[in-house]
Amino acid sequence: MSAVAVPGAPARATRRPGVRAVYRWELRKLLAQKRTFIGLGSAVAVPLIFVIALLADSSGGPDELPFGSFVRETGFAVPLVCLAFGAFWLLPLITALVAGDIVANEDHNGTLKTILTRSVERWHVFAGKALAALTYTAGVLFAYVGIALVAGGLIWGFDPLTTLSGTQIDAGRALLLTGAGTLAYLLPMSAIAAIGILLSTLTRNSAAAVVGTLMVSIFVQIIGSISALDALDPYLLSTQFNAWQGILREPTDWAPIVRSAWVCALYALPALGWALTAFLRRDVTGG
Amino acid sequence: MAAPIEARGLVKRYGDITAVDHVDLTVSAGDVYGYLGPNGAGKTTSLRMLLGLIRPDEGAARLFGRDPLQEGVRALDGVAGFVEAPRFYPYLSGRRNLELVAALDGDGAAARIGEALDVVDLADRAKDRVGGYSHGMRQRLGIAGALLRAPRLLLLDEPTTGLDPAGMRDMRALIRRLAGQGITVLLSSHLMGEVEELCDRVAIIGSGRVLYEGALDQLIASAAGRYELRTTDDVYAAEIAARYGDVAEIPGGLTVDGDERSVAELSVALGLAGVGITALVPRTATLEELFLRMTEGPSPNGHHKLEEVAR
Repeated sequence: MSAVAVPGAPARATRRPGVRAVYRWELRKLLAQKRTFIGLGSAVAVPLIFVIALLADSSGGPDELPFGSFVRETGFAVPLVCLAFGAFWLLPLITALVAGDIVANEDHNGTLKTILTRSVERWHVFAGKALAALTYTAGVLFAYVGIALVAGGLIWGFDPLTTLSGTQIDAGRALLLTGAGTLAYLLPMSAIAAIGILLSTLTRNSAAAVVGTLMVSIFVQIIGSISALDALDPYLLSTQFNAWQGILREPTDWAPIVRSAWVCALYALPALGWALTAFLRRDVTGG
Repeated sequence: MAAPIEARGLVKRYGDITAVDHVDLTVSAGDVYGYLGPNGAGKTTSLRMLLGLIRPDEGAARLFGRDPLQEGVRALDGVAGFVEAPRFYPYLSGRRNLELVAALDGDGAAARIGEALDVVDLADRAKDRVGGYSHGMRQRLGIAGALLRAPRLLLLDEPTTGLDPAGMRDMRALIRRLAGQGITVLLSSHLMGEVEELCDRVAIIGSGRVLYEGALDQLIASAAGRYELRTTDDVYAAEIAARYGDVAEIPGGLTVDGDERSVAELSVALGLAGVGITALVPRTATLEELFLRMTEGPSPNGHHKLEEVAR
């Protein structure tokens, strides 16, 4: 790559857009698609339905779920029950819905050739897309927890929360720990998103990538349920789905969080690396 | 000065099929260069390699001396175009789509959106979603998207395909106008009339190979030397004419290959034999005939075919 000007060649672009330009437009594209709002809508609807169900039935509660027995005592229990409820199926599904589509959508529309013949490098496009998928995942997760918190708090009050260790914490600390727990849960969700991006890149088919991502999630859960394979449990992605509960103990149980961080990275980074390599090397045909 | 396009020995294989087979192309500045071939000849695959969308298995292409394989999109500075139909996001408006690609162009592209929409006559539909656009409107939006890059070289892949006659006429007028502004154009097409109308140089490609590359008028001139003959007795006339050159039957008459001298002798011979001549006219092969002879000829060797055609 020489910087020497070729005689007669058009001038080199002076200001070249990069990841930020791609990222901004990926978010705008997400905001213009139904799929995004189906995911976001489910993330908002499920906690509301849960709250309505609790209101309709004045005595019962999801006692089998963490914080399930406290849902009528404080609004802070509602987002945590919802998180425990959605952690294994709903939230991975919503994440996969967009992550699995983020590259395959371009194949479907034939638009990869449109954006890859402009002035952004392929890796810029990939990074912008990956960041947009992660942003959506975080947005959905915080919308889910946030709506549950607001609805629960308005109905049952922002009263002190009983932690998983049985201690009482005040509203301020409960809010802090709910936020921290959500961030901890974002770790395995990012790994799910990374797998979605990988399958989206490899299959070039949105439906296959979304279903495939869920299959991976189900597969690790099945492995987790086989007692002969218990030794694998700490390293399974599904085990990380409830690692966030360590935050809601007193004192904080950091062990599952720390393990979740590196185990999730072990899933996410190779997936993203593989996806990036495939994206850089692929022949853009079709469209 | 580096040529806008210089491709040497481009090869692309898909399994056992060689889609592009050692293609050499040189497009000079200011050319309106026709890349002519039937569907499936390898035109689009060649263009994809030029734009860096796919990797050639062999050979290399340079755009203004820059190799897309080595420089990636940096080789596309000053280059724009599309392969197959231009594609946009159906759920965004025409203008939003242009804003998106302009954001990925940088370098002041966004400031050209209004002008580009005017040039392709889409300003009044720019707010509508591309999903509701007709095929012709998408083609025009594709041109607008290319113009945002203020290109010095435009690669257009069958830009009039699927357009109605008025749309074709407008698209060709637009291409002529852009060429008039000094933009070098590579126009892939399977429409002979279009290439004859717009281009000064052509490459004819069939089954992945370049069968002819050069000036269009030279190609057409090379196929001169054929005369159309109509007489009062075609059967007898064919017998006589066969002594002067190759004869073929066409509806309502014959064609005879030969030069001016042999044709003069033939006319005298026909008169002496009592065959009346109703018409004897030099016939210039159209590009279409040349094209079909080259791309459908029986010879497996492209270069051999060219000699036949030139004959």
